[in-house]
Amino acid sequence: MTTILSIKDLRKSYADGFEALKGVSLDIEQGEILALLGPNGAGKTTLISTICGITTPTSGNVTVGGHDIQADFRAARRMIGLVPQEIALEPFEKVWNTVRFSRGLFGYSSDNARLEEILRKLSLWDKRKNAIKELSGGMKRRVLIAKALAHEPRVLFLDEPTAGVDVELRKDMWEIVAELKQAGVTIILTTHYIEEAEAIADRVGVIDKGELLLVQDKNTLMAQMGKKQIEVMLSEPIQTIPDSLAEHNLALNGEGDMLIYTYDTHADRTGITTLLNDVAQAGLVLRDVQTRQSSLEEIFVNLVSGEPA
Amino acid sequence: MNWSAIAAIYRFEMARFFRTLAQSFLSPVLSTSLYFVVFGTAIGSRIQEVEGVSYGAFIVPGLIMLSVVTLAISNASFGIYFPKFLGTIYELLSAPVNFIEIVIGYVGAAATKALFVGVVILITAAFFVDLRIEHPFAMVAFLVLTCLSFSLLGFIIGIWAGNFEQMSLVPQLVVTPLIFLGGTFYSISMLPPLWQTITLFNPVVYLISGFRWSFYGLADVPIGFSLLAILAFTGLCLGIIGWIFRTGWRIRS
Repeated sequence: MTTILSIKDLRKSYADGFEALKGVSLDIEQGEILALLGPNGAGKTTLISTICGITTPTSGNVTVGGHDIQADFRAARRMIGLVPQEIALEPFEKVWNTVRFSRGLFGYSSDNARLEEILRKLSLWDKRKNAIKELSGGMKRRVLIAKALAHEPRVLFLDEPTAGVDVELRKDMWEIVAELKQAGVTIILTTHYIEEAEAIADRVGVIDKGELLLVQDKNTLMAQMGKKQIEVMLSEPIQTIPDSLAEHNLALNGEGDMLIYTYDTHADRTGITTLLNDVAQAGLVLRDVQTRQSSLEEIFVNLVSGEPA
Repeated sequence: MNWSAIAAIYRFEMARFFRTLAQSFLSPVLSTSLYFVVFGTAIGSRIQEVEGVSYGAFIVPGLIMLSVVTLAISNASFGIYFPKFLGTIYELLSAPVNFIEIVIGYVGAAATKALFVGVVILITAAFFVDLRIEHPFAMVAFLVLTCLSFSLLGFIIGIWAGNFEQMSLVPQLVVTPLIFLGGTFYSISMLPPLWQTITLFNPVVYLISGFRWSFYGLADVPIGFSLLAILAFTGLCLGIIGWIFRTGWRIRS
């Protein structure tokens, strides 16, 4: 794999002494989708803004495709597309003109065929003559993506791309991201929605208080830090867990009608068969059994709070 | 040089102007006609001539300057403030453009619009009075330099302004009074000696005087001083803009 974006000890401090980024280092491979998770004020947008040139770094180095973002800013920025968190568009301008403007701004001559391709891909072709103010919120988000893609970037930053959009549009966005990945575009997205990272990311980075806590392959992260549980629902509630089940280290829910067994999916023996036998021998009647795996959200919350997953 | 970016900014800004072309065209025609009715006809009936030029013709250069300066400032300040207000400035800051290209795009468009209005007023004025232009090249040079320099000032105001009220603060409180007191409707030789001296501290006097000289050969101050004043003002604005982009003041955190 080739590293397309390299961040070395990136720091950003403000005049009031606030450190938004505290030495972030990260390499991003060409063609991957990296999801940056973090609570509000964690430094996600500052990181993106610094790489894109909106914020000036205090120290550190960033290269995009081998081009330094400060010394060789033109070449670096030509490779980057940015979809901002807020919908920022000129309301009276037409869709076509605003996308053409973006292409020109990045130094490319107007290419109607290319612009048409982008607008069609984003289902905006029929709206090309409409003023931005006539579009729905979802369409405006698509226009932002079209503008970011107008100069054919190799790296695309999506800052909270699905914040405040309905479920259907969120799924549409995920499809667009998947298509871009297929076209070889490297995508870095920030999100509050863990299921978004879970659904589309190759790797997950967790950032909090300006520090990158970890960056890991999504599946590895889930496997390493995720727990799997069996929830055994009982026909009749019980007051306490029978002594014969003590060795299984079970938990009883508040209503007393569910036994929760936590186990390691990678262990040689999960102990599930023994558990179910012992439950039956203890005279408990089962109503249902289901398994549950901890989500990225739980992993993320545990990481940020400093507790083990 | 990213010429595509300059062209894109310029075209985008001009599109805003063309969207409201009727307003852009009719407004200066109407206001100039009103000035001629109020100042030219009402006052002109009492002041027949100023230094051998009919009063109506005498005020034409001042009227053009009044509109051109006001419009150059408002166009340029709005042009750069609007992206800040809407948040679309992110695109400008993340694009492969430097400050020279941004300034050329925005200031060039603002100056073009002001120049257009200046020409419209000139043509409108020709319907009311007999105009003569003794130094046409100097007239064009002064007009273009004024459009450019005050567009630069407008650009600075647009970057400085934190809200729409602040954007109109400098034009209303500083620029308009300076233009009205800068000899738009009178020759400073008509003022008492003390006021003549005070007026010489008004930089707009040099601008209007120079512009009027290009029409009728009449000047309140030597033409060299006028040229120097407008060039110095342009240089000062460029210096401030250069500093703004170097430091990222009010643009880049």
